[in-house]
Amino acid sequence: MKSAVLVFPGINRERDMARTLKLVSGHEPTMVWHAETSLPKGTDLVVLPGGFSYGDYLRCGAIAARSPVMDAVRKFADDGGLVLGVCNGFQILCESGLLPGILMRNARLKFICHDVHLRVERSDTPFTRGYNAGQVIRVPVAHGEGNYAADAETIKRLDGDGRVLYRYCSASGEVGDTHNINGAAQSIAGIVNERGNVLGMMPHPENHVEDIMGCTDGRGLFAGLAAHLERAA
Amino acid sequence: MKARVTVTLKTGILDPQGKAIEGALKSLGVDGIASVRQGKVFDIELPGADKTKVEAALKDAADKLLANTVIENYAIEVVG
Repeated sequence: MKSAVLVFPGINRERDMARTLKLVSGHEPTMVWHAETSLPKGTDLVVLPGGFSYGDYLRCGAIAARSPVMDAVRKFADDGGLVLGVCNGFQILCESGLLPGILMRNARLKFICHDVHLRVERSDTPFTRGYNAGQVIRVPVAHGEGNYAADAETIKRLDGDGRVLYRYCSASGEVGDTHNINGAAQSIAGIVNERGNVLGMMPHPENHVEDIMGCTDGRGLFAGLAAHLERAA
Repeated sequence: MKARVTVTLKTGILDPQGKAIEGALKSLGVDGIASVRQGKVFDIELPGADKTKVEAALKDAADKLLANTVIENYAIEVVG
């Protein structure tokens, strides 16, 4: 696995992400500054970490989405490369048009910072193969704008095409308004693009990968990615 | 030239910030407020004097960055 972690001004989770990628895959990722116009040769996974790029000015992720490196990411994704965006990274992917829709202010206006449960909707994707379909995992969230919204047609298509990979749920896996922490359409926590090679998700799986963190449920996502890429290599 | 671009949420898009402001106005006892929706105003100065070109540049700016047309509308006003 040869991963690249993008660094935008105001991002603050890039080290967590890099640490996790190294821990799970055994390979040190390359940190790539937003002003770069190309990705390191041989990159097979691009990760957009969480944080507050450009201080969330204008709209979350809006300015980062227009930075030079994003043209390279767009080309990488067009060629089938795997892209993972977490939290602010998800917002940047939506703003850049790599994923449909937008992350709106949380329905109850509060910044939400605690563990949540996610239901893994399917296991036959590079982003979920480390889990079983229907499995419930516990990972942290930390966001003020995670309320996924898109037009009704897009939501219907995401649902119908199996592009919702993670949903907010209860500890036993029930999905519903009570467990939908931020008001996201259809309790969406993570979606992929049409081709299935770009995932955006609000929760932080990279923060639940070691025993010292109290939970290792996030590990499956990265282990799955590593296994997928090792096999492809 | 000077111009103003106003960005507003499309009808039907939930605006929790507007709702919170609406609630605050009510609790302050400000009468006669039916509803509040929050938007953004950009005051922009442009060196050019050709109104058509200025408007085209502003439209480009709004489409590319100022507004996210998934959820927002914008209006351009050249103020002279």
